[in-house]
Amino acid sequence: MEIFLLILTLIMVIGSIIAIETRNLLSSVISVGVVGFCLSIVFLMLGAPDIAITQVVVEILILVILIRATITTDNTSIEKHKDTFAVVTSLIFFGLFLIFAFLAVQEIHQFGDPLMRVSQKYLADGAKETGATNIVTSVLLDYRAYDTIGEATVLFTSIVGAFVILRRRGRKQRKEKDVEKVGILDDEDIKKDFGGF
Amino acid sequence: MILYFLSLALFVMGLYCLVAKKNIIKKVIGIVITEYSINMFLILVGYRDGGIAPVLMKGMDNSEIAAGSVDPLPQALVLTSIVIGLGVLALMVSICLRLYEKYKTFDMSEIKRLRG
Amino acid sequence: MNRDIDKEIHNEAHGMTSIVKTVARFLMGIIFIFGAYIILYGHLTPGGGFAGGIILACGYILLTMSFGKEIGLRKLTDNWASILDNTGALLFLVIGLLGFTAGSFFLNFLGKGNIFDLFSAGTIPLNNIAIGIKVLASVFAVFIALSIFGRVVSDYVEDEEV
Repeated sequence: MEIFLLILTLIMVIGSIIAIETRNLLSSVISVGVVGFCLSIVFLMLGAPDIAITQVVVEILILVILIRATITTDNTSIEKHKDTFAVVTSLIFFGLFLIFAFLAVQEIHQFGDPLMRVSQKYLADGAKETGATNIVTSVLLDYRAYDTIGEATVLFTSIVGAFVILRRRGRKQRKEKDVEKVGILDDEDIKKDFGGF
Repeated sequence: MILYFLSLALFVMGLYCLVAKKNIIKKVIGIVITEYSINMFLILVGYRDGGIAPVLMKGMDNSEIAAGSVDPLPQALVLTSIVIGLGVLALMVSICLRLYEKYKTFDMSEIKRLRG
Repeated sequence: MNRDIDKEIHNEAHGMTSIVKTVARFLMGIIFIFGAYIILYGHLTPGGGFAGGIILACGYILLTMSFGKEIGLRKLTDNWASILDNTGALLFLVIGLLGFTAGSFFLNFLGKGNIFDLFSAGTIPLNNIAIGIKVLASVFAVFIALSIFGRVVSDYVEDEEV
């Protein structure tokens, strides 16, 4: 079991190295897809089917959005010029970070032996107190629903931000002379350009 | 132990991609990889040896869950974090598309007129 | 719903080829049923509002990508998507505030019911449905915004010089 997890994690590491270092943006995006799908199998093996389902579906959407960003623009490959100073400095600092991470990992509790002071109560009483047999849902929507409303707020804000950035016309219809003055796109322009997504 | 270290190595690779690469889409990919590694680390911390999923099935006693299930608390937090990651990714990609439209490039060093 | 799609299936003018359209028409109902199942049974089996909402949004995205923008936007326009987004968020907040009638914020004030029943667990299925609506609408709205408003025009007029 642990061997299998190790192999999957190594595939993830290799996939992210390819995603970082390749010149072609499209193959980089596809390597991110490899990392994400391996991650969902890791979640499934670690006893988290809720997150495995969510990760698979979200990964498909992440691929759709990233391919949308790369494929419609003209230059999908990167010219080679590197900032050597930034690369060397960041490699030194991240090497140091990895050394300290290795030391810190020795101090955490062993893999497979978690500290479950709070969760023990949720596991023992969750089904009786909330009536939901899926304990993750009962934590998400009953014990810690306040976290979830914060999450809904963040999602709402980011979607509103994306709309504001992407929308070129205001929602209110302008008068004709305004359109001529500012050069705002009208409906014909918008209809022209969907089929080649 | 080695699994913890590998997920932290993924974190470092994402941060490297975020700092050292010039292309904006590469920076977005670095953020996505960082987020994956953090989610994986949280779930790894909550794993119990031979643990079952924290879902009560029919014919299963409640004490069976309490004795042998994995930790449900990080799972609930990671579930929200994944969806937040999707929203933030959409925001980042839309900013990238607008930048491309204005400057005709994804290269960060050629976007010189960017000011605060 | 099917009448539009049947008419469009051999129309090569917008959307993809008729192979993709036929397969998409076959799969779409299954995807919607699966998403609804994931949302409604979120308190009994793995799943819940987040996963189910994104699955439903994936159904709409498949419809839009294979049949073209006209059919996709006829089923769910972007204005309706933002209205549904607000509705889902408000519904979740209202369910939380209704907990004050019995004591505190987000209190599970409805009856628990029998365990393993579909109608059990008080407010948790209602919260799941609210979150499912919200996630469906917001993900679909982002897709529509990226694919329609977000296209890169070549003759873009710079309206202010920085």
